[in-house]
Amino acid sequence: MLLIPCPYCGERAENEFSYGGEAHKPRPEVPEEISDATWADYVFLQKNTKGTYYERWIHSHGCRRWFNLVRDTLTHEIHGAYRMGEAPPKVDEKTYV
Amino acid sequence: MKARYSIFSLARNALSSHENWPQAWRSPEPKKEYDVVIVGGGGHGLVTAYYLAKEHGITNVAVIEKGWLGGGNTGRNTTIVRSNYMWDESAALYEHSLKLWENMTKELNFNVMFSQRGVLNLAHTLNEVRITKRRIHANRLNGIDSEWVEPEQVKEWVPIIDLRGNGRYPVLGGSLQRRGGTARHDAVAWGYARAADALGVDIIQQCAVEGFDIEDGRVTGVRTSKGAIKAKKVGVVVAGHAGVLANMAGFKLPINSRPLQALVSEPVKPCVHCVVMAGAVHAYISQSDKGELVIGAGTDAYNSYAQWGSNPVTEDTLAAICELYPLFRRMRMMRQWGGVVDTCPDASPIISTTPVKGLYFNCGWGTGGFKATPGSGHIFADTVANDRPHPIAEPFSLERFKTGFLIDEHAAAGVAH
Repeated sequence: MLLIPCPYCGERAENEFSYGGEAHKPRPEVPEEISDATWADYVFLQKNTKGTYYERWIHSHGCRRWFNLVRDTLTHEIHGAYRMGEAPPKVDEKTYV
Repeated sequence: MKARYSIFSLARNALSSHENWPQAWRSPEPKKEYDVVIVGGGGHGLVTAYYLAKEHGITNVAVIEKGWLGGGNTGRNTTIVRSNYMWDESAALYEHSLKLWENMTKELNFNVMFSQRGVLNLAHTLNEVRITKRRIHANRLNGIDSEWVEPEQVKEWVPIIDLRGNGRYPVLGGSLQRRGGTARHDAVAWGYARAADALGVDIIQQCAVEGFDIEDGRVTGVRTSKGAIKAKKVGVVVAGHAGVLANMAGFKLPINSRPLQALVSEPVKPCVHCVVMAGAVHAYISQSDKGELVIGAGTDAYNSYAQWGSNPVTEDTLAAICELYPLFRRMRMMRQWGGVVDTCPDASPIISTTPVKGLYFNCGWGTGGFKATPGSGHIFADTVANDRPHPIAEPFSLERFKTGFLIDEHAAAGVAH
């Protein structure tokens, strides 16, 4: 069970939250002008990192607000949460084979 | 050719206290170069190597495995085999596989304990009834055995079930595939390993891939913990780590990796005679030949490479099991574990060439790869050998995420992706 530090409500159990996948993936500004490959990249392709991962979460059963989380996908260590639009915290990034 | 297993070899070896059985496969050091290197020594990878040698005459093949044979998802799943998928593309793939299951023990001379005890998929809501019936019709048009069963027939198949489902999720019927069932997962890995080894394939365990050698857009080898190995072609079949290997090769996949968990209870007398899947409440159950209940739970809600599952998921599944089978409320669970599954957006796998020449990926099987083991390896071997997708594999290429021809099997897959 993850204990997730919602930037608005503090630490809560993981089943109060819903997952939003990879963060910092901006939607293409003018979708009709980009290629199918670029669109597929935005819609489907994932970094899916084994290690430090920047990801979106929403506190569905709490404040119902979106925020970003930095988490290690192997050890589940949480490095910090930050509000949408804020810069991520400085983290010693890791990846594993 | 290896000594065949038979009643006579069993008797002969019994006389020497079973101390003289030959090794089922060798454990050689890797050679400098192979025609094909298969990355991943699970079921799918071993089947691929087997068919490369058997049907395509490519015997200079290595299977390299980070851990031990079948130690990944091959040994972590709930061993359900069925082929009742919705779309023509999937029906072709899974039915091809089911037909190979039916002859596997004989072909490998290795008992994989394939038991066609029937697979029941319960429907708990009106929407589920509609999609289940639609899928049954689609299955039958594709020549796959599939039939609708009313609640009273469900009760005949599974007498201990409580059809009321605590009122919230009553059993409204279900689909039944009589040819579906279970198999012994370790035996599948061992059987194919033995058969592939007999055809000259080198099986190298404890050998992790650390990178690919790529020159002018073509793969020339793999770098491993046991040194560099040259290869004309490389087939990657690594459930749970396809994204990690794609990153090494310099491209991204439409995959999220999540743990999928399962549980095993203490052994009891026979009481569940078929496989019962309940997608709406997420509780799958069957009984092993040892008497243990084998219970399949859901995937975690977030990406993770940890091979255990989240507690709320365990709790949800066991709650559903207790409502459907009140008899099991005091049953104790002996083991719980997770396997990392690579989930695709359309709940269908990727069997494909890649942006790198000579590098092929067979991945993204999500929560349901075990049932496809023989068919998947068979068509992947053909794809690797001929450097073009096998006709069954063609719709499952990476291209579909650009063209939009997704093969949405979320309902048939059962487990939420």
